[in-house]
Amino acid sequence: MSGFRSAVITFPGSNCDRDMADALEKVSGDEPFRVWHGDADLPERLDFIALPGGFSYGDYLRSGAMAARSPIMRAVVEAAGRGVPVLGVCNGFQVLTEAGLLPGALMRNAGIRFVCREVPLKVDNAQSLFTSGYEQGQRVVFPVAHHDGNYFADDATLDRLEGEGRVAFRYAEPVNGSARDIAGVLNAAGNVLGMMPHPERAIEKEQGGTDGRAMFVSVVKGLIRA
Amino acid sequence: MKVRVYVSLKPGVLDPQGRAIQHSLEGLGFSGVSDVRAGKMIELEVDGTVTDAALDEMCRKLLANMVIENYRVERVAA
Repeated sequence: MSGFRSAVITFPGSNCDRDMADALEKVSGDEPFRVWHGDADLPERLDFIALPGGFSYGDYLRSGAMAARSPIMRAVVEAAGRGVPVLGVCNGFQVLTEAGLLPGALMRNAGIRFVCREVPLKVDNAQSLFTSGYEQGQRVVFPVAHHDGNYFADDATLDRLEGEGRVAFRYAEPVNGSARDIAGVLNAAGNVLGMMPHPERAIEKEQGGTDGRAMFVSVVKGLIRA
Repeated sequence: MKVRVYVSLKPGVLDPQGRAIQHSLEGLGFSGVSDVRAGKMIELEVDGTVTDAALDEMCRKLLANMVIENYRVERVAA
């Protein structure tokens, strides 16, 4: 009951939207708005927007490509531009790159196979809105479940991301061939984070781990200022 | 009129699918194939009002991801 106003966007083919909404509600105490991809507008005065995992539009053309051009994404891009925090997980990360909110692209895993397991990550920037609940360099374990998680950007972009502290998470072991082991990146303003691993699937012991909880705690704490 | 848009990965971008296809070809006993790159071809049926500039914009806005892909537009004579 902190008055935390968040929205979870559901695209046709999203399948982690309930997990995301559940995580946000458990941590904040407030039920998120559920927004359909075809809506033109977001609820007013949002504190946070989440783009969940899944296979929006069946991954047609390219993962996230169709969703990035859906009506609601115009509103999400506009809100992100105003500084509203946006988190994209898995397919949500793919949508963010396709929408141009984050640099680079997510390609087919280098090993071709779909990867579905828990992976160790390193927190590479513990200063961001999303990661302030972690220690710099902390090792955390999140589940991954993706086919197209192989992060690609040209060297100049990768250098810039690293130089500006915009790599939020790196894989601590080989997972999908991502450039420089990048698992999650921030935009220049620091209010948009895209990541392939699933923090919302590591909230409670029953899910196998609780390392993801600190991310949602970071966000809620960071945004609820007296 | 038919338009074909060929979308391919930029040179230098790793193509795991192309590599897997190459390995399969080797497995089938075909030799001499040093590289395989997989792309896609998209066919559009358009009327006379669709300009080259419009096709170019379609490619840039949706059909290709300019971060990783190149495209080529070909108008096919009916």
